[in-house]
Parts: sequence; C-alpha cells; structure tokens
Amino acid sequence: MSDSTEDVRAYTVRLELVDEPGELLRALEPIADNGGNLLSIFHERGNVTPRGHIPVEVDLEATPERFDDIVDALREAGINVIQAGSHTYSESLTIVLTGHIVNTDLSNTLSRIQESTAANVTDLSLSAPEGTEDVSSARLRLATEEGRAAATLQTVRDIAEEKDLRVIEPLMGGGAA
Amino acid sequence: MKLAVLGAGAVGTAVADLAGNYDHTVTALADSSSAVVADGGAGDGHGIDAAAALEAKRAGEPLGEHDPTDALEADYDVLVEATPTTLGDAQPGFGHVERALERDRHVVLANKGPVAERFGELRDLEAASAGTVRFEATVGGAIPVLSTIEDFDPDHIGAVRGVLNGTANFILSRMAAEGLGYEHVLAEAQDLGVAEADPTFDVDGTDAALKCVIVANVLADEREYALDDADVQGIENIPGSALELATEDGQTIRLIGEVTPAGEVRVGPRLVPEHGTLAVSGTENIVQLETEHAGRLNISGRGAGGPETATAVLADVGRLPER
Repeated sequence: MSDSTEDVRAYTVRLELVDEPGELLRALEPIADNGGNLLSIFHERGNVTPRGHIPVEVDLEATPERFDDIVDALREAGINVIQAGSHTYSESLTIVLTGHIVNTDLSNTLSRIQESTAANVTDLSLSAPEGTEDVSSARLRLATEEGRAAATLQTVRDIAEEKDLRVIEPLMGGGAA
Repeated sequence: MKLAVLGAGAVGTAVADLAGNYDHTVTALADSSSAVVADGGAGDGHGIDAAAALEAKRAGEPLGEHDPTDALEADYDVLVEATPTTLGDAQPGFGHVERALERDRHVVLANKGPVAERFGELRDLEAASAGTVRFEATVGGAIPVLSTIEDFDPDHIGAVRGVLNGTANFILSRMAAEGLGYEHVLAEAQDLGVAEADPTFDVDGTDAALKCVIVANVLADEREYALDDADVQGIENIPGSALELATEDGQTIRLIGEVTPAGEVRVGPRLVPEHGTLAVSGTENIVQLETEHAGRLNISGRGAGGPETATAVLADVGRLPER
C-alpha cells in the first residue's frame, strides 16, 4: 500500500461564480488556505452560464486528503462547485421531467433542486412541441458528489411530486450497461 | 401426468392443446361457465377431447356438460390454474389451489394472483399437502426466470430487474422509433392485438409489479410481499417529447421492474441506454439477474402469449415429482 497522503496529484475544479467584484479571490482563498498548489486559472468571462454565472476552471495540485478539504472549504464558502476532479466528485445523473413544466415555474424547480441537494444542474434541454402551456418535457443533467445520487434523486422526486410532475429516473444499480 | 386445466383463455387452451405433445393427458378443462371432464375411471389414461371442446367454445357453445366445479373434483395429478389474475383475495384462483392441495394434488399456476397477493398462505397450504406448487408461467412468459433463480439459489441472487410487460414495451419502443404519440400507439397496439381492450394493468405498471412481487417473494427469506409493497408508476400518457429528449442523449425509456438488493420492489419508466441490453424492442421481455458468483445473467424472449406461457406451464409440470 502506498502512502496516499504523500501522493500529490493534479486536479481540475470547475466553479461557477457570481459576477461580482472579489468573487474570484474569494474562490481561490480556500484552495491556498488548505495547502493546494495553484497551477492555472481559466476565467471564462465571456461565457456566462444560463443562470448568469461565470464558469472558472482551476487546475491545482494537492494530496487526495487535502483536495477533499479544499472542496469542502469551497462549498462552505458558498462557492458553486460544479465538478471537482474527475474521479472523486463526478457522479452524473440524467433525468427527464414531464408534465406542466413551464407553468409550474421551471426556474424555481431548477433552483430548488440546486438548493436542496448537493447537486448542480449542468445541462438542461426543454422540449415543448405542444407549446409551453401544454405538457412538455425537460432533460436535466445533474452532477452530484459520489454516493449522493440516490439522495439527490429522492429530493428531485419530492419536488416533482409537489409540482405534479413525472420524474423519469435513470436506472440505478448497474443496469445501465 | 393427468392435468385438469382451469381457465380456457389463451393460456388454458394452449395448455390443453399442447399437453399431448409432452405426453400428458388432460382429464378436465373448465372456463367460468362450464367444464368438460373425462369419464374414465381412476387409473384410466383416457382424457377429454380437448380439440372438440375448444371447437365448441369457439362456436359459442359450452365446453361441456359439466359444472366448472366438477373439474376441480375430477381425477388429475396436476391442477393447472390459468384463470384470470385477480388482486386482493386472489379469488377464485386461490380457492382452486386450496382445494387441489387439500386433495394432495400438485398445482401449476399461470394465474399471478395467489403467488403475488397471498404467498405466505399458499406456502403454508403447500407445506400441509403432499402436493407441490410451481408457478414459472407467472413471470416472463416463456422465459425461465423463476427456475433459473431456483437453480442459482435465491440466496445467491442479489438483484433482479427487467422489462416484464410486452405491451408497455411495444408502446415505448414504437413511440421512440416512429415519433408517434401515446394514444396513437396504444390504439395501434389494440388493433394488432398486442394490447387488450382494457390495457390498464399493462400500462399502469400493475402487471409488471405483480411479476416483481412474485420474484421478491421467491428471493426473500423472511419477508412476504404483496402488490401494496411495490412502488409502482406506469407509462400512461407519457409525452413523445420525453422519448425525444432521451434519444438525443443516447438513451431511451423503458418500463423497468426491479427487486433491489435492499429488497425494494419498484416499477416505473426509466432511462436506459438506447442500445443497451435492457432496451429490447417490441413485445420482447428481458430479465437481468445479478448473481453473487457469476456476474450478470440476461435472459430474454417472449413474455406473453398462449403457446409461450403454456410452454412454461408444461415445463413446470415436467419438474413436478411423480405422484
């Protein structure tokens, strides 16, 4: 067994920042404070997300243990962490919602999913062939921390039930092959 | 063996029709209003003329001169219970099974009600009888789901999932392939005879749920399951736009039934990879077993139909001990 605490690795953290002065600095502090070695910062100012946030990609070096602390610290600081590494925090979950999606306030549905789960909505496609007043469908891709997919799904189910929407879930538990 | 067949729908008539090919003799055949019962004495291998009785039924006449209950008291080794599945008390099927076991006869079920709704009582009756109960035909039609679980030993199966309703699968695969709406495809399925005039149990998930409940009962050591224990969602009025969005992402939607490692029974529309194992098309069914020592096992085939289900019934008859 190798001593993993001595094993420094490179990680990529993808963040979404509110477009306000000082936000970038606030996002970088938890990384430095927890022993991460910043390698590069890619600040996509021209590329605003659908929710008006600015995506930032940070490459850094840290031991796996410190990397976990960094991600925790970022989240504690209220920074939106979309993706952290590709192996540690990268469970992706696709669901389809159907029903009166637009009439039941889609943006509220999305923000509630983000607020009440550890997940981020990373992709959204809406199909409303009968018009937005009728039954439509939305496909959401959610990025969750490893092991949090089931809990995230349960929260999505609860929100959907409240809004009388149908959730078409991914088949969990290995059946996807 | 001598078979008494209760129920003269697609499965019952196919059993009566095919039994001779498997060297069995049908000594009684009943539907809900009449029965034909062999007049031979005990030990006589002489059976009924099933072809003539079925011909009479097709012509709108009774199967025979007997009362349906006479079939239950006839001379037989195996009662084949193929009356329509009923929920709750699972009657009259359950009563038929009870009577046959009281008479120390074997029972082979195609009717899901008694095994899905009253499994514990059924097992108790079986324990008190010299007869044996088998029910392969209740899950997956011709696909040997339960006998495979039995062969692998339920203790070494972690989870079971699959497509267990051909009608729902036909609707979803056709909607995805042709971009047609739910109502349109359902009407088409009814025209083709794929969906029944009343397709409620197929599209609301009940039929698939009953099959999963039966699997859960077979897998469980202690706990007994009934339909109420299943979390069931159907595919009614699923919009075409949902299938479209799934396809854009390399996926599709199938009505999947599962018994999870935690022992939950769930049925509902799920996203599965468009070209994955579970995305069978048309009326085909598939079952995936997660085995403890041998990885994943996929078995697929025809999950419904008279001769298909009768094949499972007759396979069960072949597995019974001699009386």
